[in-house]
Amino acid sequence: MAGLITLFISNVVISNVVLTKFLGMCPLLGVSRKSSSAVGMGLAVIFVIVGASIFTWTLYYTVLVPLNLQYMDLITFILVIAAFVQFVEMFLKKYSPALYKALGIYLPLITTNCVVLFVTLDNIIQGFDFVHMLVYSTAVPTGFMLVLYIFSTIRERLDQSNIPNAFKGNPIALIVAALMAAIFTSFAGLV
Amino acid sequence: MKTLGNFLLNLLKENPVFGLYLGICSTLAITTNLDNAIGMGVSVLIVLTISNIMISSIRKITPDEIRIPVYIIVIATLTKAIELLIKAFAPTIDAALGVYLPLIVVNCIILGRAEAYASKNNIWKSTLDGLNMGLAYTLSLAAMSIIRQILADGVLSLNNPFNSTLIFQINIIPAEYRIAIFKEPIGAFLTFAFLAAGVAAIQNATAKKAEVK
Repeated sequence: MAGLITLFISNVVISNVVLTKFLGMCPLLGVSRKSSSAVGMGLAVIFVIVGASIFTWTLYYTVLVPLNLQYMDLITFILVIAAFVQFVEMFLKKYSPALYKALGIYLPLITTNCVVLFVTLDNIIQGFDFVHMLVYSTAVPTGFMLVLYIFSTIRERLDQSNIPNAFKGNPIALIVAALMAAIFTSFAGLV
Repeated sequence: MKTLGNFLLNLLKENPVFGLYLGICSTLAITTNLDNAIGMGVSVLIVLTISNIMISSIRKITPDEIRIPVYIIVIATLTKAIELLIKAFAPTIDAALGVYLPLIVVNCIILGRAEAYASKNNIWKSTLDGLNMGLAYTLSLAAMSIIRQILADGVLSLNNPFNSTLIFQINIIPAEYRIAIFKEPIGAFLTFAFLAAGVAAIQNATAKKAEVK
């Protein structure tokens, strides 16, 4: 149990997927202009990653390994992710229009979010069992959402400040990311 | 000479990394030294060129509704092939790049070029576009890794990826003046921010010049 909590905390704050592994930069720069959309995007990513991880992990150990097809992992996973995202979108549209309205526009973007593919591949590389896989695939997108939210609140302020012309837009956002990465390294002593 | 000038201008004006912010994940992550940057850049160059050729050659028989899944399968197949080749022939590069090698699949440059260019143009043009974009990506990675390696390690070196022998090594900054932070994520974000700001400044300047004319 203690191991699972350590795994969770260390993947949310210490080896944060955005600030130490640099994954999910595109949504970070693209969607993080408003804090409400940051939360929506974050929730959608958590949902898709947990779902896709369960699917790909099961598929890998029940189909690919017995058939000695491990080298097909990348192609299988990316197809599962694309199909899963499409399926979730259709399902929400039909059965929960309110939720679809809130998350809908972010769902197609998630297929190309590298965090999803990274988590599904890393589940296999790290050799996690089912419970560890679940904790890991919840922790990583939670860290993503945390950074996305903090980032969006800072960017709302940045819009009103006086920034040198060349740094307007993304460059200043990257400077903010650098400072956040510096702050997050101080979490290293936590576990 | 004129084409070379155009190429260099395009490299600054339509730079896929610092201008359009495509494929930044891998750019930030693997540019700690020149070896990794070249390894990653060349892998992307090869995948991008071949995927452009393949997608351009099937552009007339690909149904419009399912074109994105088709592109993704083409790109994933090529990426896996490159990954297996690198594992077999350049194990040091494989160890250094790690999980970022399979993540070439979700590198926006490749899908972006497939969608925006290769699906609309003939094979020859798409090949050139793939080479051009791949080269621009490789040079951007190299530029960033040179800055980070010099500031953090004080040396600039390049190894042969196939048998890991040293090709060249130049010592630039003495050990006590090195800034180790540039090896860390903070350094990656800072270097990227300043390079992107530089590219933006050049773009602003050329836009102003065009306005005056």
